[in-house]
Amino acid sequence: MTTRRAFLVSGAAGGAALVIGFRFSPEAIAQAPQEKKTPNPFDAWVHIGKNGGVTLITAKSEMGQGALTALPMILADELEVDWSGVRVEQAPTDPSIYDHGTGGSGSIAGSYLPLRQAGAAAREMLIRAAATAWNVEPATCRAETGYVVHGPRRRRLAYGELVEAAAKLPIPDLNKVPLKNPDDFRIIGHAIPRTDVPSKVDGSARFGIDVRVPGLLYAVVARCPTFGGKPAKFDATKAKAVPGVRQVLEIPAVGPGAFSAGGIAVVADSTWAAMQGRKALAIEWDHGPHAGESSQTLRQAGETLSAQPGKVVRNEGDASAALAGGQKIEAVYELPFQAHATMEPMNCTVDIRADRAEAWSPTQAPDWTRGAIAQVTGLPQPSIKVNTTLMGGGFGRRYQADFVVEAAQVGKAVGAPVQLLWTREDDMQHDFYRPAAFHRLAGAVDAKGNAVAWHHRIVSTSIRSFWDPPDKVKPEASEIGGAVDLAYAVPNLRVEYAPVPSSVPVAWWRSVEASINAFVVESFIDELAAAAKADPLAFRQRLLTEPRMIKQPPDSESVLDTRRFKGVLDLVAAKAGWGSPLPAGRGRGIACAFSFDSYVAEVAEVSVDKAGIPHVHRVVCAVDCGRAVNPEGVRAQVESAVVYGLSATLKGAITIASGRVEQSNFHDFAVMRIPEMPVVEVHLVPSTERPTGIGEPGLPPAAPAVANAIFALTGKRLRRLPILKV
Amino acid sequence: MAELTLLVNGRSQAVDVAPDTPLLWVLRDTLGYTGTKYGCGMSQCGACTVHVDGVATRSCVTPVGTVTGKKITTIEGLSPDRSHPLQQAWIAEQVPQCGYCQSGMLMSASALLTKKPKPTDADIDDALGGHICRCGTYQRIRRAVHRAAEGGGK
Repeated sequence: MTTRRAFLVSGAAGGAALVIGFRFSPEAIAQAPQEKKTPNPFDAWVHIGKNGGVTLITAKSEMGQGALTALPMILADELEVDWSGVRVEQAPTDPSIYDHGTGGSGSIAGSYLPLRQAGAAAREMLIRAAATAWNVEPATCRAETGYVVHGPRRRRLAYGELVEAAAKLPIPDLNKVPLKNPDDFRIIGHAIPRTDVPSKVDGSARFGIDVRVPGLLYAVVARCPTFGGKPAKFDATKAKAVPGVRQVLEIPAVGPGAFSAGGIAVVADSTWAAMQGRKALAIEWDHGPHAGESSQTLRQAGETLSAQPGKVVRNEGDASAALAGGQKIEAVYELPFQAHATMEPMNCTVDIRADRAEAWSPTQAPDWTRGAIAQVTGLPQPSIKVNTTLMGGGFGRRYQADFVVEAAQVGKAVGAPVQLLWTREDDMQHDFYRPAAFHRLAGAVDAKGNAVAWHHRIVSTSIRSFWDPPDKVKPEASEIGGAVDLAYAVPNLRVEYAPVPSSVPVAWWRSVEASINAFVVESFIDELAAAAKADPLAFRQRLLTEPRMIKQPPDSESVLDTRRFKGVLDLVAAKAGWGSPLPAGRGRGIACAFSFDSYVAEVAEVSVDKAGIPHVHRVVCAVDCGRAVNPEGVRAQVESAVVYGLSATLKGAITIASGRVEQSNFHDFAVMRIPEMPVVEVHLVPSTERPTGIGEPGLPPAAPAVANAIFALTGKRLRRLPILKV
Repeated sequence: MAELTLLVNGRSQAVDVAPDTPLLWVLRDTLGYTGTKYGCGMSQCGACTVHVDGVATRSCVTPVGTVTGKKITTIEGLSPDRSHPLQQAWIAEQVPQCGYCQSGMLMSASALLTKKPKPTDADIDDALGGHICRCGTYQRIRRAVHRAAEGGGK
């Protein structure tokens, strides 16, 4: 359901150029599921100038994942141009043209085929234009690095010379346009240096926080520390006396769809003056209805809810009967809230005028940004220009628009350009956290050591419950992936779900529920292996003997192929030397997970020091993400996901007391640092399958691989994250 | 407010700010050196690191009044053209992902190399242990520091 068109454009700089646009029809957008931005459909413009230079204009945002390098690689290969002649440009925000939204590990997965089709269509049009000029059959011509070439004498025309004629030709049917034989790829599958790296070693890369426009003011907001609270009254006299402070104003909370807390904004000539002004505010808070909530109350709710049946989301065989008949193992796993803690705190710069607005936003969702500004200002969307900047980390946090709402509220009141910045404390205490989870499991192995029963009760603070209208909510939809689609063949299998009511904002944290469920599932399968006195790898391999395609829940778009799941287990075992002797005091653990249509297995090597502190020395990863467009980028993403996962495994947690977050900065929310960094090795499964997600899938196996290694070393089964001490 | 004179990247510049203002915000908001980043405001993450008389210093907790007359170097002044061996090594090892923490990492790493041209892994841990990279580029950072020390920027 793509629409397409080509046209000539004229510009002062380059003259005529061939521009080909493709986009999903409005019908397709309307039908897309609202709840989750699935891998983004392709939407980019290809621009070929008269000088032959190629520009890909993409709506995907760059947050370090390398999309702005890998996307043009796909185009350049299919279009047959020199890689060094390709540029990439950030698209202006216009959801009627572009599919914005960068998340769900979907940039490459969703753009691979459409970008190839776009490149191939442009190539075919250029060939036809050349063939017409020479009066020969297009089939006798071919494209070669920016030229169309014909005949034994190799006469040729540069793309730049052909764009004017080519742009007048009809665009070929995208579904029939001939694509290159992957054996002929010159760019896809090769390690290409990232184009944004040089600007990130000399300070010239511009993040959202670095936006500077003439007359810029700076603002910070004091928010009620308790979720759902608001200012009862405040006195700004002292704040207004701080040198540089211009204005103090109250901004209201904005409800569902934006969930900004509201509060007291301080606007000043500099960030520091705004911060000092905020400190000088005297605010009396109305802490609201949730001040009694704590990690302890949530845990009690988890205990209670997991002791009773939940909503059955998968049921095969008779788990209850099988549990009664075998050697029964029971366990409870607990995971806390997690903060994203992107290195660049939330910020947004706006210039709101009576009839128009401009914003500079480090965002994964520029279209949501525009919608939020429209909602606050009442301006029509086409009069709002959103510039997407580089992001100092995203990890799902920057899909939200709460900080945009605040910037728009302040910008509208001030009537001058304003940069609204969150401090680290704001960021730590007003995140949309990874849900807290409480899982109760029972399993059984028979006398022969076969896993015969698996009963998994998932209880969590549901993302969908937080965001969806109560009459439409399906709480389990955001919480069961990676558990309901258990890869292992257990004949009697039952998975249930129950949500814990909570006021703590929750949303997508890198790899979402997969990071929670992989820890639980891959730890518990290890428990069954231990009960069966089996090697953890061999136990898993045996449960994957028969190839199966698992589509769970049945309406899932993802299908788990157990052959590929087993494939990464086999590969990681070989690369890690599974079964070979380790130095004294070292233990080895294995885990595997399927998420975002990719398969990753990891083996962790750990030790535990005299104080009981666990140390991870080596993590070997095997990855099957289909064809790796930029293998170097894939490796970097997996290394990154492992470290992010290790932070949640061994370091920080977000805890709640009196309805508010107890942590406030990196001194009490610890993350991995360089002295703790293990050697991470990444091995790719050679594949001709379509590319699948890679920003997130490396994360889920990290925690269970470490916990399983600690068990192998010490015999202690650690079921609660983070593991600060063994 | 007070008129202070700062020597940043070899340039003498007058600023009209309160002496207790952290150097970070003077660099970023007053002078426009945005390569130096805000990450935590309490010397926990290292994103704001600059050199003061060659010493790696957290600008977020350094009152600007304490560094007048001293030689301040930001990431923009590490080299005029990305030619510093560490910058070259950072590119060769493809270190940055989001890149936000890397200015601070580079400033601490360059101060380290000045003191210890051939640092050990333990030296690197000491020099960079106060920094945070949420993208987890630590392994590549370690490799890049060694590469630069071995003269193999390229």
